[in-house]
Amino acid sequence: MLEIAIKGSKKYWIWLGLLLAVMTVAFVVYIDQFVNGLMITGMSRDVSWGFYIANFTYLVGVAAGGVMVVIPYYLHDYERFHRITILGEFLAVASLIMCLLFIVVDLGQPVRMLNVLLYPTPHSMLFWDMCVLNGYLFLNIVIGWKVLEAERNQVKPPAWTTPLIYLSIPFAIGIHTVTAYLYCGLPGRGFWLTAILAPRFLASAFAAGPSVLILLCYLIRKISKFDPGWEAIQTLSKIVCYALIANVFFFFCEVFVVFYSKIPGHMSHLQYLFAGLHGHNALVPWMWTSMILMFIGIALTVVPAFRSNKTLLPYTCAMIIIGTWIDKSLGMISGGFVPNPLHHVTEYAPTFKEMIISLGVFATGFFILTILFKLATTVKEEVRG
Amino acid sequence: MKKSRRSFLKAAGVTALGIGAAPAIKAVASSGSVAAPVKTKKAEALNAKRWGMVIDTNKLTDEVAENIVHACKKAHNVPDFDHEPDAEKYPDTQPVNKTQEIKWIWEEHFEHAFPDKEDEFLAEKFRHLPFLVTCNHCKNAPCVQACPTQATFKREDGIVLMDFHRCIGCRFCMAACPFGSRSFNFRDPRPFIEEINPDFPTRSKGVVEKCNLCAERLAKGQQPACAEVSEGAITVGDLEDPASKVRELLAENYAIRRKQELGTEPSVYYIM
Repeated sequence: MLEIAIKGSKKYWIWLGLLLAVMTVAFVVYIDQFVNGLMITGMSRDVSWGFYIANFTYLVGVAAGGVMVVIPYYLHDYERFHRITILGEFLAVASLIMCLLFIVVDLGQPVRMLNVLLYPTPHSMLFWDMCVLNGYLFLNIVIGWKVLEAERNQVKPPAWTTPLIYLSIPFAIGIHTVTAYLYCGLPGRGFWLTAILAPRFLASAFAAGPSVLILLCYLIRKISKFDPGWEAIQTLSKIVCYALIANVFFFFCEVFVVFYSKIPGHMSHLQYLFAGLHGHNALVPWMWTSMILMFIGIALTVVPAFRSNKTLLPYTCAMIIIGTWIDKSLGMISGGFVPNPLHHVTEYAPTFKEMIISLGVFATGFFILTILFKLATTVKEEVRG
Repeated sequence: MKKSRRSFLKAAGVTALGIGAAPAIKAVASSGSVAAPVKTKKAEALNAKRWGMVIDTNKLTDEVAENIVHACKKAHNVPDFDHEPDAEKYPDTQPVNKTQEIKWIWEEHFEHAFPDKEDEFLAEKFRHLPFLVTCNHCKNAPCVQACPTQATFKREDGIVLMDFHRCIGCRFCMAACPFGSRSFNFRDPRPFIEEINPDFPTRSKGVVEKCNLCAERLAKGQQPACAEVSEGAITVGDLEDPASKVRELLAENYAIRRKQELGTEPSVYYIM
């Protein structure tokens, strides 16, 4: 089936070449980081995780969001998702590979990363995160590949894929739950120390993942002969709507608890993010932008006239993607570290080099996604044609 | 399944000893006497059930605190980002970012050492006193729990130690520590070490480090470097031993610990 990937139009090759160029540039910058250390980043003693881990967290969400097409199709036989299920699974594959790459570029000693396997440590949440992320990646590769192959040969997928598909559902929930557990089980970080974190992560994931998928569906319709179907997109946008409302609702639950109880260690982080603390307010405009974008996102997906507007919907999705990215990446990671445990304020901003390396990881993800989607759409075109 | 490398090494050592000693034991046994128990620690080593530290804030002046910080840096090859690197030995050293510095023990004001005890009517003298903060060697250490490779581990005597060669630099422990006691080597620290102490390893870039309660000095029967130069302000001893100096101090004085409400059970006490 892979031979499909090497037969493409000129535009396909130019796009892949462009991504490769970005990957190359980023790799050169990564060598700088590999040789000189993480000093090239904006991270510090106080804000010890930054842009890499922020993007990692967001992409775990995008990967988990794929389950929003798997559940309706496989558990509820929702036929309209038949055409896009494979897209959701392949999006999860690309996202997970980006997640793993973001972890690797964040390590101070990447050559030692196999120590996590050599000395398995069940009391560390990072160990479990590694297990579920790799497990979910493996499941999606196997399922996606086998189901697509069966479709190409116009036969039923092998029976053994069914239990794997069912297994992938708890794994999807699992990856984001465990990722939230990385943060919310730490005693000294008031911003993360809340049981709502995992549900909130899932809610924002189920808004962000399907939003990305809708944008990709628009793109596929434009550049290939394969039509994912307007009704499927409409259902996806309803999922986005409810998930986004849940995310904002969970956030307000947190805001209520924090500000009604007035516990300083919990208040200071939200104060820093939304109003600034001791004169430090780099993230304030970002956080309000995020809030406004998410509210506009809700308005534009909850009102049927807006939601079913074919021109408006991709813009709505873009707004939701940016809004949830600021909320869960930029604010969530920096917010937890500022102020620090001694109540000092050290602000964080990624450096140019850090952003280039991140861009390289995204380019790698898009490279894989392009190839996988090329396979999927070509097979679908073949079968239909 | 909580087997650290230490316990593995110990087991391996005992096994090796056993193999080596087997003929000897047989010989001794046949002569009717009992084999002497294997000694694992040097005779001069200072031992404790659970090491702890008591800092008498009344005895701590800015000058003493400065000496302590300096002695610690010297003993453990902790880099000083104010130190000008030797241009010959380390050409093209890039400028430092002060927010990425390494700290094992350092001075803080009361409201930062004890942010939960901030008080607008706090006695004036406490506002200006230097408070030394360091790793608390918590009984329930969140960093040990978070570390995915057991590079950070807890010794039977309560000291939270690090294996710099196993650390992958994920910095999960830094997020987990509620006291900001951990530092990450964002760069090679060696150009910023004034004078390298050959008795302690230097670190490479990409690993986390922190106070080790001078485990290497305790093993040689010496007091920790900070206690030694503290002019009586810092006492290190066995918290589980009712007759120890630290317990005596705690019995006679009112002492507080940092963020006690989190339940990590810090082993560093501050006499007020």
